[in-house]
Order: sequence, then C-alpha cells, then structure tokens
Amino acid sequence: MSPSPARTPFIVRLGRSFNARSWQMAGLFAAFALIAVPVMHLVLPPDHPLYLSTYFITLTGKILCYAIVAVAMDLIWGYGGILSLGHGLFFALGGYTFGMYLMRQIGRDGSYQSDLPDFMVFLDWKELPWFWAGSDNFLWVVLLVLVVPALIAFIFGYFAFRSRIKGVYFSIITQALTYAAMLLFFRNETGFGGNNGFTDFKRILGYSITAPETRVVLFGLSALALIGTLLLARFLVTSKYGRILTAIRDAESRVMFIGYNPLWYKLFVWTLSAMLCAIAGALYVPQVGIINPSEMSVGTSIEIAIWVAVGGRGTLIGAVIGAFVVNLAKSWFTVSFPEYWLFFLGTLFIVATLYLPQGIVGLWVKLRQRARRGGDDLAAEAKGASA
Amino acid sequence: MRTIGLLLCGWLLSASLAQAAIDPALLKPLASDDSDTKIAAITALAQAAPAEALPVLKALADDSLAVAGERLVVVDGDRVFDAATNAEIKPAPAAREAIGINNRVRRELAAALAALRLFSDERAVRWQAAQEVTLSADAKMLPLLDKALAAEADPEIRTRLQLAHAQASLGSADAEVRLAAVRTLGESSDPNVRQLLIPLTEKKGDNWVDPDSGVRAAAGTSIRSIEQRLAWADNLGRAFTGLSLGSILLLAALGLAITYGVMGVINMAHGELLMVGAYSAWAMQSVFRAYLPGSLDWYLLAAIPVGFLSAALVGILMERIVIRHLYGRPLETLLATWGISLFLMQAARTLFGAQNVEVANPVWMAGGIEVMPNLMLPWNRIIIVAFSIAVLVAMWAILNLSRLGMFVRAVTQNRAMAGCVGVPTGRIDTLAFGLGAGIAGLGGVALSQIANVGPAMGQGYIVDSFMVVVLGGVGQLAGAVWAALGLGVFTKFLEGWTGAVVAKIVVLVFIIIFIQKRPQGLFALKGRFVES
Repeated sequence: MSPSPARTPFIVRLGRSFNARSWQMAGLFAAFALIAVPVMHLVLPPDHPLYLSTYFITLTGKILCYAIVAVAMDLIWGYGGILSLGHGLFFALGGYTFGMYLMRQIGRDGSYQSDLPDFMVFLDWKELPWFWAGSDNFLWVVLLVLVVPALIAFIFGYFAFRSRIKGVYFSIITQALTYAAMLLFFRNETGFGGNNGFTDFKRILGYSITAPETRVVLFGLSALALIGTLLLARFLVTSKYGRILTAIRDAESRVMFIGYNPLWYKLFVWTLSAMLCAIAGALYVPQVGIINPSEMSVGTSIEIAIWVAVGGRGTLIGAVIGAFVVNLAKSWFTVSFPEYWLFFLGTLFIVATLYLPQGIVGLWVKLRQRARRGGDDLAAEAKGASA
Repeated sequence: MRTIGLLLCGWLLSASLAQAAIDPALLKPLASDDSDTKIAAITALAQAAPAEALPVLKALADDSLAVAGERLVVVDGDRVFDAATNAEIKPAPAAREAIGINNRVRRELAAALAALRLFSDERAVRWQAAQEVTLSADAKMLPLLDKALAAEADPEIRTRLQLAHAQASLGSADAEVRLAAVRTLGESSDPNVRQLLIPLTEKKGDNWVDPDSGVRAAAGTSIRSIEQRLAWADNLGRAFTGLSLGSILLLAALGLAITYGVMGVINMAHGELLMVGAYSAWAMQSVFRAYLPGSLDWYLLAAIPVGFLSAALVGILMERIVIRHLYGRPLETLLATWGISLFLMQAARTLFGAQNVEVANPVWMAGGIEVMPNLMLPWNRIIIVAFSIAVLVAMWAILNLSRLGMFVRAVTQNRAMAGCVGVPTGRIDTLAFGLGAGIAGLGGVALSQIANVGPAMGQGYIVDSFMVVVLGGVGQLAGAVWAALGLGVFTKFLEGWTGAVVAKIVVLVFIIIFIQKRPQGLFALKGRFVES
C-alpha cells in the first residue's frame, strides 16, 4: 500500500494497480482490438489471408463478454470465497434490460408492423407494461443495466450475508433464485417474450446491428470493458479492501472477532460482481442477437464457475484465460463433435477440481518454476501464485 | 312423462292383470305422426298390457318397430314378429315402414324404460336404472319410486333411489313434501344435485320459481351444505395430490438427505442417479417384454432391486473415483459432481437416444378409488405414497438399527474418533454414498411411473431436492420428511389459485426467505458452535 493513499488521486492509484508489464499487455490487447481488428475486418478483402471473418468477430466478441463475467466471478469466488450459482441471472438481466432497448429500436419493422414488440402483439397487448417505460431511451436503459441487477443483488445479498449464509448454502439459494427467475421469464405474461426471449434486432442507436462497422465497434467496446474490469479488479484485490476480503475468505470468524463486519465487504464485492455481469450481458446481446431465459438455467451459471476454475481461481488473468479456453473448446466441439461436448465438459469439471486446483495459471507457474529451479519449494510457490 | 309415470304406477298396482297379447287398437296410435299421440299411446299401451309393453317400447327406442300393412311388427334382423302377439310372422312382410320418433318422445321413452328396469332381477341393471331415473325423476314417478324403494334391499341403490325420490318430490305441489325433499337433497355431495337446487332459489321474471319461502330458505341451506361438502372433497383431493407430490419430492430428496445431509457431500449428479433408476425400470420392462411377456405386468417389482443396485453401483464408482478426493472441499465437490452429471446425461443420450423412452404403467396401477363423486384417488399415486413410506421406513431402519447405520452415524458425528475405535471410515463413506445413490435409484423407479424418462429428466429434480434438504435442515431425516410433504401440499394448494409456474416461483422465493430467517433449516441441531 502507498503510505498516504488518501492524498493520491483515485485515478492514479487505479492506474498504479497494473504494473508496467500489465500495462504493456493491456496496451497490446487494446491496439489489437481497436486498430488491428477493424482494419483486418473492414479494410482487407475477404480473400486476404489476414482477413477476419464475421464469425471470428462475433465469437471473440461473445467470449470477451464471457471473460468479463469470469473476472466478476473470480472476484467473488476466487477472492471472496463465495461461489455464486446465480451469475447467469445478472448476466441475463443485463442482457434483457438492454434487449428492451433493442426491441424498441426495431420500431415498425417487425412482422406485425406495430409500435409494440412482436411478441406483445401476439399476446394481444394494447400497450407497453410499466417497466418498459422509457425503454426507447438509450441512456435510461444503460442506467437500468447498471442499477437494476445491482439493486437485486444488493437486496438479496444483504439478507443472505446478514443471516450469515455461506458456503454451499449460499450457492444453493443463489441457484434457487436463478431457477425461480428462469421460470418467471419463461412465462409469456411476465412481459419479456416468454421462451423465445428477444431476438430479430434491427439496429442500435439508429445504426444497423448487422453492419460490419457496428460489429467492430461493439467488439472494441467489449475489449475496453474487459480491460476496465481487469483494472478495477486488480485495484480492488491489491487494496486494503481486497486483503480484508481474502481474509474473510480464509477465516471469516477471525476477521469478525478482530472487529470487521464481513457483511459490507461481502456485499460490496457481490453487488459489484453482479453489476459487471450485467454490463457483460448488455454487450453480449447486440453481438449475439438473442437473449432468452435459458441464459438463467442452472447449467449456465455453473459453467461460469468452471471457466474460472480451469483458468485459475484467485488470479484475474486466469479467469480470462479460462473463459477463452473453455468457450473456444465449446465452439469447436459443438461444431465438430456435438455429441462429445458434454463428455468433454464433464471431464473438464472433474479434472479441473481434482488435478488443477490452481487452474492453467497455477500449472504454468509450477512448470516454469520447476524448469527454473528443478522443482524446489513447489508448494510455497504455488501458494504465492494465488495471493 | 307424467302420464308415463302415472301409467307405470297403474301397471305396478295391476301387475297381476298382465295378459299374453296386446290389443292391436292400443298399438296402432304408436304409428301416428303426432308426438303427443305417440306419448299418449305409450301411456295407454303400458297401462293395458305392461308386461308385453317392455319389448315393444324397447323396440320403439331401438327404431326397430315398424308398420306392416295393418299391424305393427318388431323387426329383429331378418326376422319379423307381430308386436301384438310376439309371434313370428312367416314369410316376413316385405312392405314395412319403420316408426321414427323425435327427441321428446325418446326422452319420455328412456325414462319409462329406466323406471321399468328398476324392478329387474339383476343388480347391475337396477343400479344403472336408478342412476338414469335420478337424472329425470319427477313428481308423477313418486309412487313408482316408493314401490321400488320398498322392494330394494341393496343399500347403494337405495341411497340412489332416495335421492331420486327427493328429486321427484321437488315437483310436488305440496310445499311440505318439497321441503322434506330439499332437506334430503342437502345430504348429497353430487354437483348435479346442486345444479338442481339452484333454480329453486332464483326468480323467474317477477315470481320466485318456488312460491314457498320456507322451501327457498331450505334450498339455500342445502346448497350451502352441498357446496361445503364439495369444497371439502376438493381440498381433500388437493391434499392428496400434494401428499403424492410430497412423497415424490421425498423419494428424490431422501438419497440426498444421506449424501448431503449426513455426509456433507454436495452431489449435483443426484438427479442423474434418479435417471439411472428410471432407465433401470425401462430396461426391466424391455427385458420382460422380450423374455417374459406373460408376466409383463410385474416388471416393476423386478425393477426395484435392479434400480437400487445400478444406481448404488454408479454412486460407489463416483465416490471411489472422484468424491473421496474432495472431502472437506464442498464447493469443489459441487463442481466435480456437476461434471459427473453432465457426463452421465450424455452417456444416457448416447446409449439410449436423445428421445424420452416409454415406460408403461402396469395394469394393476391403472384406475383408482372413487371416494366421492368429484374425488378420485388414482392407484399409481397411492402406490407411490406407500412406496415412499416403505423406503423411508427401510432407510430409518438401516440408519438406526443396522451396524452400517451405526457406523455411518459415528463417522458423521466424529470422523477421527470413529476411526480411532476401528470404524473403517473410508469404506463407510463409500457404502453410505452407495446407499444414498441406491435410494435415489428407487426414487427413479417410482418416477418412471408418473414422469417422462429421458436423458435430461434428472435436471428437473436437482433444485427441488436441494430445496427439500436445505429447508428440512441438513443432517435431519425428519426434517427432510416434513419439508418434502409440506412443500408438496403447499405447492398444490397454491397451484389452485395461481397456476403451476407461479406456485413454483412463490415456493422457491418462500424458501429463499425462510432460509434467511432460519439458516439451519426447520430442524436445526441444537447447540452453540462457531465454524472455523
């Protein structure tokens, strides 16, 4: 910690939480996402060897959003020791909220040429439900994306953490919450399109949503959001707050006996994590073009945990790596061997928990040290990697 | 109708006067084109020659009564009988014209025939007739019903006839008779009777349908008491479906109560263990179909041990290969067992196909018990309730009376101490996990009788099962039982006014809120302790 943190401006402290090497990496990544990708997609002709296809942009953009979710999950699970099985809910809520805006942007271009979204015409509704009010205003919807999931997380978290529900209990009730929300969103009467959800988007802020330029911009925004998430997360986990959070993870009762109230520490990271998920969801929906209640299914939320576990819990970059590895494997498997994907994923869950407690990052650190020192003090070093 | 009623009484009183042949003059008007004449003819005919009237009236109802020249004939296939003498006519007259009847005549005729059948020698015929009479009883049939009641010995038919009698009395001109009838009808629990009484309390134009205020008041009271009884039956039915849902939840959650509640292992593959049990039932059905088609109905009995053993085997393998390395790390166990569940799900899909397989109910599980006119308890639900009780008792006995159970409890309470006194803790873990898995398999066998059997079936139960265990309190069998039954009944009553999906959401939200208040569940272990 800096000796006088209060006098240093926040932005400087935030900037300092990345070391020089991290900034280099972030800069490289930003340059790739904001300069190289647009050039390679828009300027190069489709037959050029360096041309990036729409498929690549959509897939990678989607995984960037997943990586944000993974970092959010890593914050709460890797550093807070709270395994949430409800992050799919916040992701989907962000997606649905932004989806409302996208549905309104369709305007009269839907199949029924009505001002109302098609599914409402289909249900014979005459006007928008109250919670759709203002959904045609971009800024209002962005505000909702930030506030609604965070508010739900805050209320739920406040009561759960106040009752000192933790460990598996917390996981199970977050799962129940997500499951209940999924059932709710499956109903047509809820006003979110039932089991079809939202789809057939036409434009965003007046620009066509399928135009290559729009895709590139969304891709760049997702990349920036990921860098921002990583920076914020790094800042948090290296701050005093982060240390107390890890202390709560390791021995909650002792932290309490010293005089800290774990409630607010947990609640902050929980709410922040939900908010990050919602942002990821809002970026995800325009790129993928659909949001439906299956995003809230039990399996989706557990899968988020496995991204983090595979990449390496308690290491922020591990979460990103995990999200990329698992999702690239998924898109490869589901195209090439769809019937083996669940076998692979199942095995991954088992192997990652049994043999890779520190994930890929931990494995890499271990291998590097073994190469450097011939395998001395492995245990101590592996511990160091997670701190 | 009334005329027929009268005539039937007349016939009863003069039954001994029955003659062998019918005067053709009585028969002739039956061929008239006018419905009123026809009805009058039915009356006159039965009055004059009731014993012979039955086959003729039946023939009229069956459209097999015809006019052939001057006489009426009953056509039976190729043969033709004289309606008056019942003698066969040879050769059969070629020119004959069937007598048509309209619905009004048909209705009157049906009532008349039903009333005649009330005196049949066969109980089934009388029962049928009593039911038909109840639907169309009216005041002029009262003497007949009195007569039938006097002759009837069967209590079930008597009750039915008394109802019909009361119903017929409603048309009486005497307010006292009506009042008595309304009171009798109030003891029924048939929704049809309620429909019958409602008009009595209503106004037609400016006048009351029933002029007597005492009768109206009594009718109101009777309607209320019938409605009360109906509501009671409704609630009873709901309680029963709730009970059966609860016992399904219990079967799904009992195995989890051992693995999670007692051993502290989060088994997300629990739903897939149910699936293993359900597929065992399907496999046994296929085996029986192929090799023992004669006793196909009993495949389910064979499926019980097979389901238990195959699920237990899968559970033991899971424990040996994966879970034993993760004791004390519940969150990792959760993820690893989720991986196992994906694996098993895909394995079922690869082995048995992605479609649901068809598991038929054995014949002895079809049908049900009719407790009240609007309350039917299906046999398969009753059997599942009984089965879950049996499983519960067996599990309680194993845990509390057997040596294995004692060891399991010992390891649960103090692993190190149990190990010190010689309990093979590792093997006990494996066996206990196998037991929990086997019970899930039994649950699966039961589920195969009421739910779809397919690769994804397990996923639907995992959240519910955990809710039961968490609500009941970890480590508490009694808690799991109360939680399962409570959730079942609560859900079903809620479904009555919110619909199934909303009921489920409300229940989940209720549990989430409940856990905030009592994090240890309904039945918490008493004690003061703080973790780590």
